[in-house]
Amino acid sequence: MSDKTIFAYSALFDSPDDIIHAAEEVKKQGFEKYDVNTPYPVHGMDDAMKLSPSKLGYVALFFGLSGMLAAIILTYFTSVVDYPQVIGGKPFYAFPGYVPVMFELTVLSAAVLTVATMLLIFFKLPNNRHPLHDTNYMKAVSSDKYGLYIEIEDEKYDEAVIKSLFERFNAKVIEPIYYDDTEVEHKNRIFEPKFIIGLVLIAVITSGTTYFTLNKLMFMIPFSWMMDQDKIVPQESYELFADGFGMRNPVEGTIARGQLPYEYYQKPEEAAVALINPLFPTAENFALGKKKYDIYCSPCHGYHGEGDSRMRGQFPNPPSLHSEKVRDWTDGRIYHVITEGQNVMPSYSTQLSREEKWATVLYIRALQRSLNAKESDLE
Amino acid sequence: MSEPVNPVEYTKKELPASMSKIATALIAIGLIGVILAYLFDTTRASFNGLVMLMFVTSIGAGSVFLIAIEYLGGAVWSTPFRRVSEFLGAVVFLLPLLALPVYLNLHSIFEWTHLEVVEADKILSGKSAYLNPTFFTVRVIIFFSIWILFYLILTRNSKKQDSNGDQNLTKINIKVSAIFIPFFGLTLTFAAIDWIMSLEPHWFSTIFGVYYFSGTMLAALSFATILIVYLNEKGYFVKGISKDNYYSLGALLFAFVNFWAYIAFSQFLLIWYANLPEETFWYLARWDGAWKYVTISTIFIHFLLPYIVLAPQPAKKDPKRLIVASVIILFAHFLDIFWLVMPTFGKESFAFGWIEIAFPILAVGLILFVFVFKYKSENLVPIRDPKLKRGLNFRL
Repeated sequence: MSDKTIFAYSALFDSPDDIIHAAEEVKKQGFEKYDVNTPYPVHGMDDAMKLSPSKLGYVALFFGLSGMLAAIILTYFTSVVDYPQVIGGKPFYAFPGYVPVMFELTVLSAAVLTVATMLLIFFKLPNNRHPLHDTNYMKAVSSDKYGLYIEIEDEKYDEAVIKSLFERFNAKVIEPIYYDDTEVEHKNRIFEPKFIIGLVLIAVITSGTTYFTLNKLMFMIPFSWMMDQDKIVPQESYELFADGFGMRNPVEGTIARGQLPYEYYQKPEEAAVALINPLFPTAENFALGKKKYDIYCSPCHGYHGEGDSRMRGQFPNPPSLHSEKVRDWTDGRIYHVITEGQNVMPSYSTQLSREEKWATVLYIRALQRSLNAKESDLE
Repeated sequence: MSEPVNPVEYTKKELPASMSKIATALIAIGLIGVILAYLFDTTRASFNGLVMLMFVTSIGAGSVFLIAIEYLGGAVWSTPFRRVSEFLGAVVFLLPLLALPVYLNLHSIFEWTHLEVVEADKILSGKSAYLNPTFFTVRVIIFFSIWILFYLILTRNSKKQDSNGDQNLTKINIKVSAIFIPFFGLTLTFAAIDWIMSLEPHWFSTIFGVYYFSGTMLAALSFATILIVYLNEKGYFVKGISKDNYYSLGALLFAFVNFWAYIAFSQFLLIWYANLPEETFWYLARWDGAWKYVTISTIFIHFLLPYIVLAPQPAKKDPKRLIVASVIILFAHFLDIFWLVMPTFGKESFAFGWIEIAFPILAVGLILFVFVFKYKSENLVPIRDPKLKRGLNFRL
C-alpha cells in the first residue's frame, strides 16, 4: 500500500442532504480541487458548490454557428461554384431547399462537438484514464451512494482536517483513492510499431476486400447470373442469323407504326422545298405550338424568340428568330432545323411528334409576325 | 378513499382597479370601432371579425388544452398557475357571440357559399359535400359545444376541489383530459380548415391544422405568461413560486416558438419545392405587393425575435424578458392570423386602418374582462390541489 501514490481522499454519504451540506462546508473551508459524484442530478448542488454558470453553452453556440457556416459553404460551393445546374427552374442557390441541410449540420456539430469538447477538457483526450475508474468509490456512486473527494493537489489538503470534516456530515465510508500503478506508468501507445502495423493491416484488409468484392466476386458464378442472361441485348452478335447481327432491321418495304422515317437528313434545301405545313392555323394548333415552344425552345430562344436565353451563359445564346434569314425560310426549312438540329442545337425528334413540330413552326411564324407584321395585317 | 388535501395558505387580494378599468376602456373603444366598421364596410369588417374570432379561439381553446395537458402530463410546476389558464379559457363562452357577425356575413367572405360559382367549378363542386353552409353550421356548433363542455367539466371539478379537497377530482380530470385531447385535435384542425383554409377553397395543405395549433398553443401560453408573471411579481399568488417555475414556463414558450417555425417552414418548403400551381398560388398571393413585407416580417416577429429573447438560460427566469417575449409572441400570433385571412380580402396590398386596429383592441379587452370577471368569484390558486405543494417545491 505504502508505495502507491495517493490521488484524493473520498467520502461516501447516504443521503442527498448530507452531501449538499458537506459540499457547502468543503467550499466554505476554501478547498478548490474537489468534486461531487451522485447517481442522479441533485437539486441545489450548483448553489452549494457555488459553481458559476457553465460556459459550455457558448461552446455549443460556437460549434452550432460553425456548423451552419459549413453548411452554407457546402451548399454554395457544390450548387453554385463547382457544379451549377438548373433544377426545376429554381435559382442555383435555392435557399429554402438548403435550410434543412443547415439545420441538420448546425444541430449535429453543436451536439457532437460540444460533447467532444467536454470530454477533451475532462479527460485530456486521447487519454481515457482517470484515477477514479474501477474504484469502489465509483461503483458506489453509480448505484445509490453520494460521493465527494478532495484531491491531494489542493493547497489546503490535510488528511486529519478532511477526515474530521467528513465524519461531521455522517460520511459512511471514508477512504483514500490511489492511482493505479499500471496507469501511472502508462504511456500513449499510438506510436508503437505494433499499433501502427495493426492499423495498416486493417486498412489493407478492408480495401482489399472491397476491391475483390466489387471487381472480382461480382463476376463469379453465382453472383454473375443476373448479368449473364440467355437473351440478346443490343449490339450483341448472334450466330443463328446469317449476317451474325443480334439486332434485326425491319422487313424490307415496311414501316413500324408511328415511325415514319425522315427523308431529308443532311438535305435542308430539299426539305425547304418539299415539306409543307399540314396544319391549319387554328387556335388549338397555335395553343399546342405555344405550349411546346415554351417548354422546349424558350429556354434558349427566349419566350419571344429574341434569343434571350435563360440558361445563364451555360450555352451560347442562339441568334434571333426574327432575323430576315429565318423569316424568309419556308416552313419546311424551319421544320428541318427542329428535326435535325443545327450547330449547337440538337435534334428535337425524340421530344416532339410530327404534329407538334408543325404546330411549333406555326407558333414561330406567329411570333415573327408579331414583330414584323405585314401590310395586310393592318386591315 | 384518500385523505382530503389540506389547503395551502392563501389570502385573496383584490385585483388592481386599473385592470378592470383598462379592460372596460378597451372594450368601449373596440366596440365602438367594430360597430362603426360593420356600418361602414361590412365585408372588410367581417374579414377582420374572422381574424378576431380565430385569435380569441386560440386563447380560449388553447387555454383549455393547456389545462388538459397539465393533468395528462402530471406536471406540477404549472399547478400554481393553472387557474390563470382556467380563467382565460372562459373566453370560449364568447366564441358563439363573436362568430355571429361573421356567420351573418358568410356570403361575402367564403367563395364556396356562392352556389352558382360552385356549380360552374369542377373542383368546388367536388368539395361541396363538405363545404356547404348547412354542414359548416353543424360543424361550427359542434366545435363550440365541445370546447365549452370540456371547459365546464374541467374547471367545475377544479373549483369543487377548492372547497372539499377531494383527490379523486384530480383523477377524474385526468380521464376527462384524456378524452378531450383527441376531440381537441380534431375540432381545432377542422376549425382551422373551415374558418381559414376554406377562404381559398381551391387550396389545400395537409399540415394546416397543425400550423394553426402551433400558433394557438403559443398565444394561449403567452397570454397566460403575461398575467402570471405580472400578478406573481405583485404577490397575488402563494409563497413558494420560484424562478424554476418561471424557467419551465419560458422553456415551454421557447419550445413552441421553434415548433411554430418548424411547422411553418415545413408547409412552405414542400409547396415551394413541388412548385405545383394549385398549391403555390396561396404563397404567391402573400408575396404580392405589400403582403411581401408582412410575410417577411412574420419570420422575424414570430420566430427570430422571440427566439433571440428567450434563448439564453437567464432570460427564461427573468420576469421582464418573459413578458417582453410573450407580448411579441401574442402580437405575432395576431399578425399570423391576419396574414392567413386578409390576403383573400385585399389581394396585392393589405388594407390597414382604424378598422384593423379596433378589432384587436376589442379582442384583448374582452379576454382581459373575462379574466377579471372570473377572478372575482374564484381563487387564483387551486389551494387544495394535491399537486400544488409539489408545484411550490418544484426545483429544476
